[in-house]
Amino acid sequence: MRRGGIVSTDIYLNVAVSGVLTGLVYGLMALGLSVIFGVVRVVNFAHGEMTTVAMYFAVVLFATLGLDPLLMMVPIAGVLFVFGYAMQRWLINPFISRPEHSQFILLVAVAIILANGLLIVFGPDARSVQTSYAFDSFKIGPLIVDATKAFAGLAAIAVAAALFAFFRFTRLGTAIRACADNYTGAQVIGLNVPRLYALTFGLGAACVGAAGAMLALVTDVTPPLGPSFTLLAFVIVIVGGLGSMSGALAGGILIGVIAALAGLFYTPSAKGMFVFAILVLVLLFRPQGIFGRRA
Amino acid sequence: MIARLAENVSLRAAIALVLLLLALFVAPWFANDYLLTVLILIFYFAYTGQAWNIMMGFAGQLSLGHAIYIGLGAYTTAVLFSFFGVSPWVGSFAAILLAALWGAMIGFLAFRFRVGGVYFAILTIAFAEFARIGFDHLSYVGGSAGFFLPVANYTQSDLWTLRGKPIMFYYLSLGMTVAAVVLCHIMVRSRLGYFWKAIREDEEAARAVGINTFRYKLIAVVISAAMTSLAGVFFAFYYNNLFPEEVFSINRSIELILAPIFGGLGTLFGPILGAFMLTGLAETLTTTLAALGVDVPGAKQVFYGICLLLVITVLPEGVWPWLYRRLGLAGRSE
Amino acid sequence: MSALLSVDGLSKRFRGLVAVDRLSFQVDQGDIFAVIGPNGAGKTTLFNMIAGVFSPDGGTIVLSGERINDLSPDRICRRGVGRTFQIVRPFPALSVEDNVIVAALLHRHLVPDARAHAGEVLRQLDLYDKRAQRASGLTLPDRKRLELARALATDPKLLLLDEVMAGLRPTETDRMVSILKELNRSRGLTILLIEHVMRAVMALAARVLVMHHGAAIAEGAPDQVVRDRAVIESYLGAETV
Repeated sequence: MRRGGIVSTDIYLNVAVSGVLTGLVYGLMALGLSVIFGVVRVVNFAHGEMTTVAMYFAVVLFATLGLDPLLMMVPIAGVLFVFGYAMQRWLINPFISRPEHSQFILLVAVAIILANGLLIVFGPDARSVQTSYAFDSFKIGPLIVDATKAFAGLAAIAVAAALFAFFRFTRLGTAIRACADNYTGAQVIGLNVPRLYALTFGLGAACVGAAGAMLALVTDVTPPLGPSFTLLAFVIVIVGGLGSMSGALAGGILIGVIAALAGLFYTPSAKGMFVFAILVLVLLFRPQGIFGRRA
Repeated sequence: MIARLAENVSLRAAIALVLLLLALFVAPWFANDYLLTVLILIFYFAYTGQAWNIMMGFAGQLSLGHAIYIGLGAYTTAVLFSFFGVSPWVGSFAAILLAALWGAMIGFLAFRFRVGGVYFAILTIAFAEFARIGFDHLSYVGGSAGFFLPVANYTQSDLWTLRGKPIMFYYLSLGMTVAAVVLCHIMVRSRLGYFWKAIREDEEAARAVGINTFRYKLIAVVISAAMTSLAGVFFAFYYNNLFPEEVFSINRSIELILAPIFGGLGTLFGPILGAFMLTGLAETLTTTLAALGVDVPGAKQVFYGICLLLVITVLPEGVWPWLYRRLGLAGRSE
Repeated sequence: MSALLSVDGLSKRFRGLVAVDRLSFQVDQGDIFAVIGPNGAGKTTLFNMIAGVFSPDGGTIVLSGERINDLSPDRICRRGVGRTFQIVRPFPALSVEDNVIVAALLHRHLVPDARAHAGEVLRQLDLYDKRAQRASGLTLPDRKRLELARALATDPKLLLLDEVMAGLRPTETDRMVSILKELNRSRGLTILLIEHVMRAVMALAARVLVMHHGAAIAEGAPDQVVRDRAVIESYLGAETV
C-alpha cells in the first residue's frame, strides 16, 4: 500500500478520469483489432507493433516538421490503412483457409520484423512528442485534466464514431458486416470477399494509426512496446466482447480505469498484474466478454 | 530396446544419424571457443524447441508463454544452489516439480473452462507476463536488479555444481538434446503419442473413440513444462545471472518456437534442424556484419522474422519434412 | 432378450425449440434398430444425447442397466458405445491404420496388440490394403468405412450410425449393408442407426422408430411402419405406397 497520508477522493477521481481518457485511446486501438478479428477472423499478433509504427510516424513528423500528432492523425491513419490493406490482400488472404496456428505464426513473423526493424532504424532510446500544450490542463470543478489526454480521448471518440457510422450507414460498411456474418452467403451474392477483407484490415489498421498518433501525445515510445500493446488490445477486446465495437471502447475504458486505480493503490507496475488477472477471470468465466454474444 | 528404437528407421537415416552424433561428439577438439558457444546455443534451442514441440506439434496446443518454465527452472535451482548449497542436479527435481505444477494449473484452468486456440495462446502470454512482473518485485531473488550465481571457476569443471568450462556445458547440452529426442521418439510411438496425435487432428472425434482429451492434453502440458524447466536450469548455470525482464520475456517465448516451426512441427528432427539452420545462419550474419564493422542490434531478429515468414508461406510443414523427402530417407512418416 | 439401451421420456430443448419431445423406446441386445424421419425431426439430437455430446433436459438414457445421462462422450465410449458422425471425421493427417489403432488403443494398452486388432478390423471392412494411405486422401465410401472401422475398433456393444449411407451409390450401400449384417450376425453387435436411405432401412432393421417434430409417431417392424398413415403423410409421401 502507498505510504503517506490519506488520499483524498479528488485524487481518485482525477486518476479515474485520466484512466478513462487513455482508456478511450487504447479502446480505439483495440477497436481496430476487434474489427479485424470480427470480420476477417484473423488474429493480428502484429497489432501492437503496428501501433508502435504509427507512434514513430507521429514522433518523426513532429520532430522534423513540427506537426501536431492530432493533425497528423489522418495521414498516419491513411498510411496504416494502405499497409493493412496490402498485407491482407497479398500476404494474409491465402492463409484464411489454413489451420489457425499458421495464421498466428505468420503475424508473429510480421510482428518480429516490424519491432526489430524499428529497433534498427530508431535505436532503443525512448522518443516522445512534446507539444506546446503538453503541460497544460483543464480545470473542471474538482477535476484537473491533462490537455493532451483530453484531446486524445475526444479524438478517439470522434474516430470511433466515424467508424460506427461507416459500418452502420454506408453500403460498403453493410457489405463488410455481411461478410462477417456469413462468409459463403456473402460470396454467393457476389460480394468480392477478398477485397472486402483487405478493406476491413485496412480500416482496422487505420484505427491503429489514429490511436498511435494519439498515444504519441500521451506516452513515450520504444521499439519493444509492441507486445504489451498487442496483449492490451487482446485483453480489452476479450473483456469487452469479440466482435462488439462498443465492447472494445467500453473494455478500453474499464481496463483504463482499473489499471489507473491499481497504479494508484499499488505500484505502477502492478497495473500489468491487474490487467492479466482480469483477463484470466474473463477467459474462464465469461469468455464472450461483457458485450459479446456466445458464438 | 535399441531394436525397438530403431524400428522403421531406414539404414541410410540411421547411418546419417550416427555420423552426425560422432561429429558432434568430437567437435570440441576441432572447434574454437566461439564455435562451441554457437553450438551450445544451437543445442539449447534444439532442446527447448523439442520440449515445446510436444505441446504444439503433438498435442496441438499453442503456447506463447513457454518462457515461464525456463524462468521457474532457472530461479528454483539458482536459489537452491546460491542460498542452500544444493547441487543443480538435485535442485532440478524441485524445478521440474514446480514447472509441472504450474503447467498443470494453466492446463487445468484452460481445459476445464474450454479455453482453446488463440485464447489459450493469450492466456499463456498473460501468465508469463504475470510471472515476469511478479519476479521483478521479488526482492528475495533480487527483483529487477537481477540474481547472480556465485562466480564460476573456469579452470576446473565441476559437474556436480555445474561450474566450469564451456566444454562441460557443451557435452551437457548435447546430452540433453539427445535425451530429449530419444524421449520424444519413445513417447510418439507409444499409446500416449497416438492419443496426442488424435487430439491434435480432431478433438471431438478423439473423444468419440474414448480418449479422455482433458487428461492427455494436461499430460502434454506437464511434460512439456517439466522438460522446458531443465533448459532453465541450464540457462541459470551457463549464464550465471538472471533478470526477470530477460528470462520471462515474451522474446524468450517467441525465440524458442522459431526452431520447431522452421524445422517442422510434430516431427522428431524438425526442432533440431531448425535450431541448426536458424542459429547457424543468424550467427553467420552477425559475424559477417561485425567483420564489416557494422553493429546492428535487431538485425538477427529481423532475419529470424523473415525466415519464419518464408517458411510459413513456402514450406508450411517445415524444412525437415521437405528435406526428408528430398533425401529419400524413407521410413514411416511422423 | 434384454434391453441394451433404454430411452425413457427423453427431452431436449434449444432455447425455444423443442428438439426431442418425451421420447421413449428400447433397443434389445442384438437388434438392428433404425430411426427415421424428416430433417429436423430430432434424430441427430437424440444420437448426440445418447453419445454424450449433449445432456438431456428431461428423461433418462440407460445403457446395460446404468444411467448414462450426463456422462461425457469419452466415458460413454468406454462403456461400450461406438459412434460415427454424419459428416465423417477421420484424423486427416494420420494413415488409415493409425486412425484405427487410436481407437483400438482404448482397450488394448500395448501398441503391437492394438495394431493387430486394427488389422483385423480393417480386413473385415476391406480397407487393409489401403492401411498406409493418408486418411485425407480417401474417397467418400472408403472414409465411411474407415469411420465404421474406427468405431468398431473400440469393441462396442452398441454401435450408433448417423446416416452412414448418405452419399453412397447403390452398390456401395449394398456393400455397407452386408458388412453391417455380418457384424450383427457374427458378433451380436447391436446397431442403432439414423437413416434416410430406405433401401438400407428395409434391408437391415428389425424395428423402426419414426420421429417427427421431436416425438415418436410410429414404431414397429419396417413393413408395418412404412404403411402407417401418419408416417406416410409426414415423411414418406403417398407415392411410396
